Amino acid sequence: MTGTIKQAPPLLDRSDVRVKHETGIGGTVSAFFERVRSGDLGSLPVVVGLAIIWTVFASLNPIFLSSNNLVNLLFDASTVGVISLGIVCVLMVGEIDLSVGSISGFASALVGTLWVNQGWPVALAIVAAVAVGGLFGCLYALLFNRLGMPSFVSTLAGLLAVLGMQLYVLGSTGSINLPYGSPVVNFGQLLVMPHYVSYTLAAIPGIVMLVTGFRTIARRRAANLSAPSAGSIIVRAVAITLVLELIVFYLNQDRGIPWMFGLFVGLVMTMSYALTRTKWGRSMTAVGGNREAARRAGINVRRIYTSAFVLCSMLAAFGGVLAAARLASASQQAGTGDVNLNAIAAAVIGGTSLFGGRGSAYSALLGIVVIQSIANGLTLLDLSSSLRYMITGAVLAIAVIVDSLARQSRVSHGRA
Amino acid sequence: MTDISDGAVPSGELVLSLRGVSKNFGAVSALTDIDLDVHAGEVVALVGDNGAGKSTLVKILAGVHQPTSGTVTFRGAPVTLSNPSTALNLGIATVFQDLALCENLDVVANIFLGRELNPLKLDETAMEVKAWTLLNELSARIPSVRIPIASLSGGQRQTVAIARSLLLEPKLILLDEPTAALGVAQTAEVLNLIERVRDRGLGVVMISHNMEDVRAVADRIVVLRLGRNNGVFYPDASNQELVGAITGAADNSVSRRAGRRQAQSDITQEGQI
Repeated sequence: MTGTIKQAPPLLDRSDVRVKHETGIGGTVSAFFERVRSGDLGSLPVVVGLAIIWTVFASLNPIFLSSNNLVNLLFDASTVGVISLGIVCVLMVGEIDLSVGSISGFASALVGTLWVNQGWPVALAIVAAVAVGGLFGCLYALLFNRLGMPSFVSTLAGLLAVLGMQLYVLGSTGSINLPYGSPVVNFGQLLVMPHYVSYTLAAIPGIVMLVTGFRTIARRRAANLSAPSAGSIIVRAVAITLVLELIVFYLNQDRGIPWMFGLFVGLVMTMSYALTRTKWGRSMTAVGGNREAARRAGINVRRIYTSAFVLCSMLAAFGGVLAAARLASASQQAGTGDVNLNAIAAAVIGGTSLFGGRGSAYSALLGIVVIQSIANGLTLLDLSSSLRYMITGAVLAIAVIVDSLARQSRVSHGRA
Repeated sequence: MTDISDGAVPSGELVLSLRGVSKNFGAVSALTDIDLDVHAGEVVALVGDNGAGKSTLVKILAGVHQPTSGTVTFRGAPVTLSNPSTALNLGIATVFQDLALCENLDVVANIFLGRELNPLKLDETAMEVKAWTLLNELSARIPSVRIPIASLSGGQRQTVAIARSLLLEPKLILLDEPTAALGVAQTAEVLNLIERVRDRGLGVVMISHNMEDVRAVADRIVVLRLGRNNGVFYPDASNQELVGAITGAADNSVSRRAGRRQAQSDITQEGQI
């Protein structure tokens, strides 16, 4: 009968004898290979892809892997990376925003006009630009929630309309130069972390991993649940600390880690926490996976969609401000061309599903490093942009193929 | 056939009372003038043929659809079930026929969906413990609560959906075809569970096509036909009466088939004599 358990099992989640559980460090490693075999690739394809791309470019042009070039790469990656982080948000709920490029361009134009031409304080101008970005998100959410307009169409319309606004704001001059030497432009072009700061920051993830890991073990043991072994947590924390410190050491041979990249990584980590450890993030995943089920579970689905659209637009606007700082100008070209597709491609290459309900904030970080590596490497090789587009397109296609093959494998292995 | 009003009055307080509830989908009247009472500590079975409006009625009670007209009274007060969370907050839990689970989330996340503990820093350990407690109460056979729903079988998913409905300590549970996807043992477990829920003083509304299950647990059997009330029965009612009310005629394919088989066996017996 159901009421009593005949013999108290040692652990609450280990009472089913049919399931094999891996334990210890060896178990962690073999569980990882098992996961990969069944198609739950995680970020493995990106890491492998990145290794291939870097090997190819480094063999063609040794400058590619120089500290100096990689620091430049990080500066460039941060701007589109922030936009891509917003794309991750809308992709999580299974929607899309095609207007992020235009919104970023409009935001940079706004900052240029308000700050340089109208004389607003720069901080206020940036806040205003990001807030205006948020308004576009509200509008998309309204069209989607109330009128049932597919986000693909509404944001496509937004792409054109917002580009028009950008051209209107910039007027006949076509571009506004941001003053060199101002804090914003310095932040976008020059400011790097002092070495001790970057070494300290690189140690933090490992420490956090250790602390939360041991706290989780204690709590799960107290609750009579199985817990990961202390050894595996230590190994992982040490490994991640070593890798990060090595990267920092290498980049510190040149200028060091850009503050702008630090800001981007900070945003990524905040977003990752919000998506995986809060009720809001849970709701986002649920809405992306099964909208009707989420609604019946009492989730306010409309509010979740609104939050996704608004966050995406605000991050796009903020990315536009960073891009303006990077280029020290707000021009008619800002946010046009490949910005849009690079931001979307980065999220997808990083492993966020186009169909919703599956993704991670880190995919923006990994994906944009891949995209920027290709752009940077091809520029170093002095190849025309025609080839750059073709190669980026091919990489995107490969990423989606890997994703759909992995999805088929997951389905046949009984994983989501 | 008996009318709703002259049934034996169950002991518990009146939890839910519907009066004259109708629901139109465009030109189609899915429900017309439905009356339904559910008391505390009572299992009401809702039976009817396909298209009788059972699932529509459940969706109205769950806040998924809104009635076109009529009143819903819950625990003595008239209520408007404008959306699913209103119904959940009032204490009406629903297990839908399509289960309404998110396949990309794991078992714990599905059980606590919309009700997560500690919203800004999810308390995964406490949620996992509570999930195991609920599942063990149901004698569920779930290999792990940390695997996505996509990798569970139909019966396992059903158990997860039922476990989820119990999370909020509801006053009324609606079960839409709770045993349709289950094996023999699991069906018995769910029927046991329904009885335990009733004994805890909750009202239960259960939709089922399986007359055996209905008769086994129901205190009253409410028949719907073409979106209207078509009688209230008690578990001692004969199969023929029930089928007659469901199909709307004493002379129907089920009774004709039964009659034919009876005649067949009479002939065989005569032959043996």
